[in-house]
Amino acid sequence: MTTHAHEGPLQHHFDDLRQQYEAANMGMWAFIAQEIMFFGGMFGAYTVYRYKYMAAFVEGSNSLPIQWGALNTAILIASSFTVAMAVRSAQLGHARAILNWLLGTMVLGVAFLGVKVIEYSHKWHHHLIPSRDFRYEGLLDPGQMKIFYSFYFAMTGMHAIHMIIGIGLMFWLIPKIRRGTYSADYYSPIENFGLYWHFVDIVWIFLFPLLYLIGREPWISI
Amino acid sequence: MDQHLSEEHHILPVKLYLSIVSCLFILTAVTILAAFVDLGALNTPLAMLIAIFKGTLVVLFFMHVRYNTPLMWIFAAAGFFWFLILLALLMQDYMSRGWEVVPPVEFLNL
Repeated sequence: MTTHAHEGPLQHHFDDLRQQYEAANMGMWAFIAQEIMFFGGMFGAYTVYRYKYMAAFVEGSNSLPIQWGALNTAILIASSFTVAMAVRSAQLGHARAILNWLLGTMVLGVAFLGVKVIEYSHKWHHHLIPSRDFRYEGLLDPGQMKIFYSFYFAMTGMHAIHMIIGIGLMFWLIPKIRRGTYSADYYSPIENFGLYWHFVDIVWIFLFPLLYLIGREPWISI
Repeated sequence: MDQHLSEEHHILPVKLYLSIVSCLFILTAVTILAAFVDLGALNTPLAMLIAIFKGTLVVLFFMHVRYNTPLMWIFAAAGFFWFLILLALLMQDYMSRGWEVVPPVEFLNL
């Protein structure tokens, strides 16, 4: 039987469901490549400044609360699992299960942002926001410390904005899932949302050691 | 409909997802513990190696790249490869700038 235009989930400009799926997948990966370039600029600049102002960056890393960073890493990894399960449920066509896994992801995403609020407010109270109010009483150049915290806020802040957008995307997806828009034949928006969320997880997988972990070893802290 | 997408897809077993997520948790613990162990100059490379391994697990299994077509492999790899070029050229520039501290060359005044 030949398929007619707009019959079922297949859009008329695609030959078949597979081609439609691959086109959506490829578009999403092109977007992710662009996101790598976007975050890559910041990671590159961070590398250069860390190399130039090693002592200040080591002291900065040692000042960050490792327990909160570790907790957030665990939360994000758990949320990547719930998203992977949501996509799997979509592949099987279980709408109820997609909803539940996405709700779990939302809870974890909000928990991540909650931890970030705790960390940011702690920095606010200790005058560590790079501004005129910035205060640093150590032995190193306060200007270099400011640069470290500028990177900290720019990178974690941009990451947090991505998390907020991700949570927003789930609010957009959930009513559509309820309406039964997605099936085992068409679930690209859920799959692509999953790719986005996993990418944001990967960014944090690199941010956590770069900001919180390296420079902790005993030999480097004089 | 002569074909269904669901029949063509690799639907991965829950067990695989569980083992990947356990791996990620364990590696997070390892990288935190390793940060406090004195490994000389190797601390930072080790932290980055673990992060790259964790990221690769996410890309291959959670993002399904392992089961995708070669074209998708290229698309997925392009962004990361571009980032390596950025980092390599950036650092070879900054790390070879020792010239700046050399006193001015005198023959320029001739």
